[in-house]
Amino acid sequence: MPIESVNDFVLRFANVNGSGSASANEMFARAVMRMGIPVSPRNIFPSNIQGLPTWYEVRVSEAGHLGARGGTDFMVAMNPQTWDKDVASIEPGGYLFYDSTKPMPSGKFRDDITVIGVPLTAICNSQYTDPRQRQLFKNIIYVGALSALLDMDVAVLEKLIGEQYKGKEKLIQPNIHALHLGRDYALQHLTCPIGLKLQHSDGVGDRILIEGNSAAALGAVYGGATVCAWYPITPSSSLAEAFTSHCKRLRTDPETKQNRYAIVQAEDELASIGMVIGAAWNGARSFTSTSGPGISLMQEFLGLAYFAEVPAVVFDVQRAGPSTGMPTRTQQCDLINCAYASHGDTKHILLLPEDPAEAFEFGATAFDLADRLQTPVFVMLDLDIGMNQRLCRPLRWDDSRVYDRGKVMTAAELEAGKDFGRYLDVDGDGIPYRTYPATHPTKGSYFTRGTSRDRYARYTEEGGAYVDNMQRLLRKFDTAKDLVPRPLRANCEKPTRFGVIYFGSTSPAMDEAIAMLSAQGQHLDRLRLRAFPFHHTVDDFISEHDFIFVVEQNRDAQMRSLIVNECGIDPARLIPVLHYDGTPITARFITGAIGDRLDTLKVTPLRKAAS
Amino acid sequence: MTYLTKPKFQHPDLPKNALGYTHRDYEGKISTLCAGCGHDSITAAVVEACYELSIEPHRVAKISGIGCSSKTPDYFLGNSHGFNSVHGRMPSVLTGANLANRDLIYLGVSGDGDSASIGLGQFAHCIRRGVNMLYMVENNGVYGLTKGQFSATADRGSKSKRGAVNSDNAIDLAALALQLGASFVARSFSGDKTQLVPLIKAALEHKGAAFIDCISPCVAFNNHAGSTRSFDYVREHNEAVNHLDFITGREEIKVDYEPGSVELVKQHDGSTLALRKLAKDYNVNNRLAAMSYLLERNAAGEVVTGLLYVDPESDDMHAGMNTVAQPLNSLSDKDLCPGSSALDKINAALR
Repeated sequence: MPIESVNDFVLRFANVNGSGSASANEMFARAVMRMGIPVSPRNIFPSNIQGLPTWYEVRVSEAGHLGARGGTDFMVAMNPQTWDKDVASIEPGGYLFYDSTKPMPSGKFRDDITVIGVPLTAICNSQYTDPRQRQLFKNIIYVGALSALLDMDVAVLEKLIGEQYKGKEKLIQPNIHALHLGRDYALQHLTCPIGLKLQHSDGVGDRILIEGNSAAALGAVYGGATVCAWYPITPSSSLAEAFTSHCKRLRTDPETKQNRYAIVQAEDELASIGMVIGAAWNGARSFTSTSGPGISLMQEFLGLAYFAEVPAVVFDVQRAGPSTGMPTRTQQCDLINCAYASHGDTKHILLLPEDPAEAFEFGATAFDLADRLQTPVFVMLDLDIGMNQRLCRPLRWDDSRVYDRGKVMTAAELEAGKDFGRYLDVDGDGIPYRTYPATHPTKGSYFTRGTSRDRYARYTEEGGAYVDNMQRLLRKFDTAKDLVPRPLRANCEKPTRFGVIYFGSTSPAMDEAIAMLSAQGQHLDRLRLRAFPFHHTVDDFISEHDFIFVVEQNRDAQMRSLIVNECGIDPARLIPVLHYDGTPITARFITGAIGDRLDTLKVTPLRKAAS
Repeated sequence: MTYLTKPKFQHPDLPKNALGYTHRDYEGKISTLCAGCGHDSITAAVVEACYELSIEPHRVAKISGIGCSSKTPDYFLGNSHGFNSVHGRMPSVLTGANLANRDLIYLGVSGDGDSASIGLGQFAHCIRRGVNMLYMVENNGVYGLTKGQFSATADRGSKSKRGAVNSDNAIDLAALALQLGASFVARSFSGDKTQLVPLIKAALEHKGAAFIDCISPCVAFNNHAGSTRSFDYVREHNEAVNHLDFITGREEIKVDYEPGSVELVKQHDGSTLALRKLAKDYNVNNRLAAMSYLLERNAAGEVVTGLLYVDPESDDMHAGMNTVAQPLNSLSDKDLCPGSSALDKINAALR
């Protein structure tokens, strides 16, 4: 039986990289959102510019589930290279849409799916002579056909075309024409609509559709960053590029047309972090964006920033490692590399946004935290959040907010004779005062170094002074626990011995999994971590449950290690749930993994039963 | 080195500069380098240059990498902020600092290990970006702190203290700086203060990437026969192309030298450099000629010193970036944060 569903299915476009399909596919996804239906698009792409397979998956979910679901109900198979695999991946009862210009042998299809052929190439060739036009309009034509098959409101698509080509009016009519070529063909030759339908809904509200990298970059603009130094690396490049375009729009001096920012594409990641540290030492808010291999290269400098206590903000858009790994696939695999970056005893602040809205918030807050704590702060994105458009609450900014520049001693304070010891803990929170260079002609200067020094920044190799300093750094890290974003807890309706800890891009899949588990009668309390170091409520949550699942997207259960290590928890109580094949984690996976374990854990142990 | 603390006592009649500061106000901590180290002479030259220019010490940011040379910023300009960073990475830290506040004077101090080996990449990119700074390499051809290994600037065929002969070709940092677009390139010798001090003064005043390769013999590991970085060798082979007297633009130029022997180079900021020509026909404004002259004399075994090249029309990184005149680190929240109304518009465009 063909699948029947309104506003709840997964549609996947299988394309060839570089064929211009991305903008047509995105237009389709945005049209779904405009119809008020929650939508979650994802790019699945290779490390390649042109020629290799690429997919664009659109999950439509009236219920608002934004995590990847797994499986495909409707396949737009535009890539002969991946045809067999694409056809095989369709759910039983699903639909296959293909270009029927050339006849396909019947063995290339399946009996249990509905096959829909549209002669896209033939339509294009009859309308256009320019090869590039033939290629680009083919994408719009299939969107037009989809609009008829799925019973979409075509006015929404027409409006989007108008908006997309605003300022290039000449392109509007040809695109609308192409849209209708496809739509009209489907209406005339095919059964429309099919079992899958899109109907106007009110499930979107005031939410926006934005990529995490763009939102994080906007966070850096709002957070007052003026210096950005970066080196291109997937999947983080679009963060620095978004910062560049946001700044052009939002940070140009209206009178002089000069830039209130400086962006350097550095020669490598070492130089990037060096520039960030140099700028921050000199009182400017600065950041870099990178991915795992870049973090590896920055290790030495990160230790310097930790030990010399220089603020720095690093956006790490994580991808699958180790080494070059799978550079275009998502993971949460840099946690330990960032949390304990560099040689010697180091600990760093990590922020763990769940979506673009939080990437914006944490992107801005990271600069306050870095200045307050005088230390590197990592914003841990991943490819799933960073390079996909995600439906999320609108970005908000409180105009009464003032940047927290931390403890910076002023010329007036120095002049008044206030005691300045660069590494002197005057307030008991482990955070000393600093001065910016050139503050005062004769007071407050100091020599910043990565070598050991006393409380007044004088070089020393005395063991006592070294230990004193290292202990203060620990106190500072304790202070951080109350300053970083707190974990968010949600209890299930009934008391339970089981809990689940998760973070970052796992969030939407976890929300859905909790609902699925609950429907099966399996109840868990949950805690979403939003930062490292852990707030004491993490310890509380763990102590209140017998077993806690720790769900993460890496092989080695890195977050679980951090919890065991930092909270001193018996590892036996923390059950790893690990997804690391490079695809985003799904609710189906979590439900399966947790559901199975819950059943075994619920069996009363023999010893206990006998006693 | 000495274990004595520096006495605070000073002669009441010590001469003062235009700011009313004495030499002592430009000094730093007591050096911990070996007695007789060439680097200490460079430190003294920096103190002298800053004193003579009447620079406010706190307006200088001293940034270095790791090594003997990189320790020296602690020994001059005690009222300046200093940053002894990571091995070979001074250029990036200095670049970042300069981005944050374009108004300060940036003095980058490095060594030949720091700049020609581990930091060659950052050296190159910092120069090609035209960062407004004085980048000074205290070049002794040897790793001092790790006891005498050859550095990448050691000449092929030169002998180490233990008798090993260097079979690798030397990197000529001044030649590289010329190729990379430095707008001020000089080479000097720590043993020739009269040559070095005016060069440092001119480089500090220069707008753009100024580079000085300062040969500075290592008395502990590279001052023996067979070394091409010893005091004796450099003195014997030193071929200065000119002698620089730095003259600021506001003062009338008085030249006491023979007609034809002095070249006046007008700078972008209105100041003028007066050069006593020592090498006939040497043109200090010709990058290509300077490169070829360096290679030619180097092949002849000479150490060419003096002001090798200056671009009178030089500019810096900020000009290329079109950054605002006000230092970025002093922009207010209002200058930086676009506010909620701009964000509302952005949200609207994302629906």
